Amino acid sequence: MNIDSIRRGIVLDHIQAGHSMELYQALGLDRLPCSVAIIRNVKSEAMGKKDIIKVDDDIDIDLDVVGYLDPGITVNIIEDSAIIEKKHLALPRELKNIAVCRNPRCITTSERSLDQLFRLTDEKRRVYRCRYCDAELKGTL
Amino acid sequence: MRHLIEITDLSRSEIAALLDLADDMRARPRDYGDTQKGRILATLFFEPSTRTRLSFESAMLTMGGSVLGFSSADASSTSKGESLQDTIRTVACYSDIIAMRHPKEGAPLAAVQKADVPVINAGDGGHNHPTQTLTDLMTIRREKGRLDSLTIGLCGDLKFGRTVHSLIQAMSRYPSVRFVLISPPELRLPDYLIQNLDDAGIPWESHERMEDVIGSLDILYMTRVQRERFFNEADYVRLKDTYVLTPEKMRLAGPDLRVMHPLPRVNEISPRVDDDPRAIYFDQVRNGRYVRMALITKLLEASV
Repeated sequence: MNIDSIRRGIVLDHIQAGHSMELYQALGLDRLPCSVAIIRNVKSEAMGKKDIIKVDDDIDIDLDVVGYLDPGITVNIIEDSAIIEKKHLALPRELKNIAVCRNPRCITTSERSLDQLFRLTDEKRRVYRCRYCDAELKGTL
Repeated sequence: MRHLIEITDLSRSEIAALLDLADDMRARPRDYGDTQKGRILATLFFEPSTRTRLSFESAMLTMGGSVLGFSSADASSTSKGESLQDTIRTVACYSDIIAMRHPKEGAPLAAVQKADVPVINAGDGGHNHPTQTLTDLMTIRREKGRLDSLTIGLCGDLKFGRTVHSLIQAMSRYPSVRFVLISPPELRLPDYLIQNLDDAGIPWESHERMEDVIGSLDILYMTRVQRERFFNEADYVRLKDTYVLTPEKMRLAGPDLRVMHPLPRVNEISPRVDDDPRAIYFDQVRNGRYVRMALITKLLEASV
């Protein structure tokens, strides 16, 4: 299977197989006017199988969203058909307006102007807690 | 600007200094009679309270200061749809320091984002209640002479009991403290607090029967099952009388046990226990006034 290489844009590599659509939605790539290729179940020596997303434009990607969903993803910046930068991600220490607290008792459910803030409290278990009410962030974005 | 949102906002040395000042205020209240003259405390109680609001007001009045505020959300512009942050900005124009109780968890953190006067969390939903914890620490230190090397039993609603959460956070910072958690399965301590204890290597054990462990405790901290925290009345009715401390159960305890309760109580401590010298919950109430005097003083000093 051939997907044309891009001249200028972004490639998200090493996405866990099956998770590319989640990332596609979370980053709002469905709203972009440019070409976006989602390649699933690509053979990978390190991962067995992986997904890849190619975006045919130089857009701003929210690296905190990518890092939160999967810190193992590599973000490649492409110019003149070559990788000019390879970004390795880590779990962000804080998430701002990326996820929503689902605790019905949290102040953020009634005070709508507040920033939604979460802090990383347990790196090993990838636990984020609401800065306001300490409820654990659960599920996907 | 210093605020008090959760008990861990204060270091151990700051807590020690606060308790020293509170002890002195309790011993010689008249010496502090005009130390806050000309200053105004606003008490914003979006949720009802007797003890906490009155103890804040009593604390400020004892020091010669003045008090304004409201005691229910219906009496504020919140009933007209005003946001919490707008209310706080407004009240900060009329006062030097704010004590706030709010039913939503995390409300104090939202408040301090817009406040240019010190804000004290006087309870936010089932989350935190740091001034009750200061009261508890003052009471324990006066009774036991220390805050370390204690076995502390916490009994009742450990899930929604904000006083329990704050007390555990505070006592976790002292060496050789052990927690005995007594609750029905439905009202166990939240997982994140258990995780914190485990991460810090602090010993704890969980029990359902008070009688099994009361003999091993230095402190028994009783709590009320709070009707206002339940979405389902049937669950409340089923759980509300799980624990009742009686003179018969007190016979199983040692002579040095001290029984505390943040009050108000409903049925969880029989009035027949009140005259037992080991029951110190009304002395605990008294300490609440002096520790809040000390806190107001320290926060206003820090904001000058």
